[in-house]
Amino acid sequence: MPIARELPDVAVKLAQADRRRSSFTRLVFVVMAKDLRAELRTKEAVNASLAFAVVILVLFNFAFDLDDAATRMIIGGLLWLVFAFAGTLVLNRSFARELPNDCLDALVAAPVSGATLFLGKALANYVLVLAVELVSLPVFGILYNVWFPFGQMIIILALGTWALTVIGTVFSALTVNIRLREVMLPMLTYPMLVPALMGAMVLTAQLAAGTSIWGESATWLKVLTGFDVLYTAAALALVETVLVG
Amino acid sequence: MRDKILYGMGLAALFLLGFDIYKIANFPPEAAQGAIFKIIFFHVPAAWTAMVAAGTALVCSILFLMKKDFKYDAIAVASTEVGLAFLAVNLVTGSMWGHVIWGIWWTWDVRLTSALVCWLLYAGYLMLRHAIEEPTQRATYAAVFSIFAFLDVPVVYFSIRLFRTQHPGPVFLSSTGSFPPDWGMVLLLNWVALLLLAIVMTIVRLGHEQTQREIDYVRRMAHAL
Amino acid sequence: MTAVTVDGVWKFYGDYPALRDVRLDAEAGTCLALIGRNGAGKTTLLRTIAGFAKPGKGAIRIFGQEPRETETRRHIGVIGHGIAVYDELSAYENLTLYARLYGLLDPRRAALEWLEQTGLERVRDGLVREFSRGMRQRLAVARAFLHNPSVLLLDEPFTALDDRAIAVLQRLLREALANGKTVIMSTHQLREALELSSHVALLNRGAVAFHGACTAEMVADPGWVYARYGD
Repeated sequence: MPIARELPDVAVKLAQADRRRSSFTRLVFVVMAKDLRAELRTKEAVNASLAFAVVILVLFNFAFDLDDAATRMIIGGLLWLVFAFAGTLVLNRSFARELPNDCLDALVAAPVSGATLFLGKALANYVLVLAVELVSLPVFGILYNVWFPFGQMIIILALGTWALTVIGTVFSALTVNIRLREVMLPMLTYPMLVPALMGAMVLTAQLAAGTSIWGESATWLKVLTGFDVLYTAAALALVETVLVG
Repeated sequence: MRDKILYGMGLAALFLLGFDIYKIANFPPEAAQGAIFKIIFFHVPAAWTAMVAAGTALVCSILFLMKKDFKYDAIAVASTEVGLAFLAVNLVTGSMWGHVIWGIWWTWDVRLTSALVCWLLYAGYLMLRHAIEEPTQRATYAAVFSIFAFLDVPVVYFSIRLFRTQHPGPVFLSSTGSFPPDWGMVLLLNWVALLLLAIVMTIVRLGHEQTQREIDYVRRMAHAL
Repeated sequence: MTAVTVDGVWKFYGDYPALRDVRLDAEAGTCLALIGRNGAGKTTLLRTIAGFAKPGKGAIRIFGQEPRETETRRHIGVIGHGIAVYDELSAYENLTLYARLYGLLDPRRAALEWLEQTGLERVRDGLVREFSRGMRQRLAVARAFLHNPSVLLLDEPFTALDDRAIAVLQRLLREALANGKTVIMSTHQLREALELSSHVALLNRGAVAFHGACTAEMVADPGWVYARYGD
């Protein structure tokens, strides 16, 4: 059957012509856009996350004596607890949204690498969690009269949120079809995040106290960056194993 | 034959421990901290044993991912469980020491805090395993998690240490004088004893894992019929 | 030319063999029907061929390549138990997504074309969660055929399809086979499947109990293969 014999060659040539369209960055963007579009259409995870964050911020008020300036500074560090918990609500959805209708199978079957899928999803999660954090910040500021210099705060947010996102997205893949997924994800993620959360908390608390993050606390920026780099590399290396086995 | 080796190692461990305890009891108490300082003979080797166990788990996890042989997965889980047990010994002895010296049950000392975080990390490994039914998927996911966990151990330690240099707190089990050489010898001997115990426990656990796999196999066969 | 080769494949769950020394092949332009009881290993075999799982022993070759190679995946189309489209996106958005993932030159045109082929052009902007079951199934078919795959792996594709969807799928499969594509489909709906098939393989407890050409006898009495080669 001559047609059949040539088909694969023709297909290969077409695929080579498509290489530009199939570049890594473009595919990552396609996956990220898909996740963002799906989430923004329902807004389930983002709304829950935001509501949760605001409630906890309000509850802080009952635990602390807010007339004490020192206490107000400590609360700056606690802000990261809020972000970590609220962020988990978003991260849980990450691979879980692929379960209905067996969409994960279709993604794994598609000619995209595991790293592409991971990065696309991680970036989508990053955007969503950052959005929740950026809305929480002014709420926090209004409620507790603690304000952060935005330029420095955005750096801490960028580094700390990426740590949360990288670990959370990989573990979302690890826990996607196991029992008690919503409980397992936080239980696995938080111990692993201790160094990153520690760094983010220290930096935020110091920023609230008026110390610049570029001063003697700059080492923590290095810790955060190192953590981000290390785990992004580990995740990119291992995600294919998780998705395909 | 295997049983004889196990018994042999167990006996050797017990003998060493007995010998060490005799020597430890006869050492003079440490200058500043009294008799409780001798808990260091168990506190520190327990941590070292846990580290060896974690390293073994890492190597076996990587080997499993490369070769897909379930015996590596079995060693990884057995090793992690034993490591968790010894890490718990480290935490409990640390707590006891803190209580005797300062009257509090916990100090946020660098090593103790790191040990606690690592304990939570590896407890997560066991919880993950319990939540996955299918053996191949369980072994694969657990191996990936084990690699992530091991990478975190040094990061946790260094970041807690950095925190403590900026926010100094009570330092744990440091002696005012230098550590006498014959004490050092007993410490090492004790570590050997604990390592032997760890190996015995791991091998026993491996046997249990093998039985579990056979039961799984028979159960699946039965379902297929 | 052999499109798909299954060469001595074993698949283990723990120690339990779900597939035992499976040897099959499918020539280009043929349709292989995989039949067998539930639990015989049909889905496991299809998933292994598709590259979702790696065989414990043995090898799968699709046009001589590994199924997991990126280039090979471009030529494979899969319909599994789930429809593999997103409820929160529209039919058009779903198809353009997959068209982009498969690197098609003109994703929008491909999406519109396949919406027409499956009779969904009028609901292109409707969200999938509002679709009827038949519409969802037709969208799944569109998704699988979208990138013009050379090998189609279908897991019980006729189950739960309404008459319109069955007609669409049969038409598309006939066209695909006429164009030299290869189809491997597992099925319980023996009549619809055997009408299209050129070959039949019976799986029993993970092993191939029968593999041969599909005869008129089999189409007339679909239970014949089970009676003769099953247990």
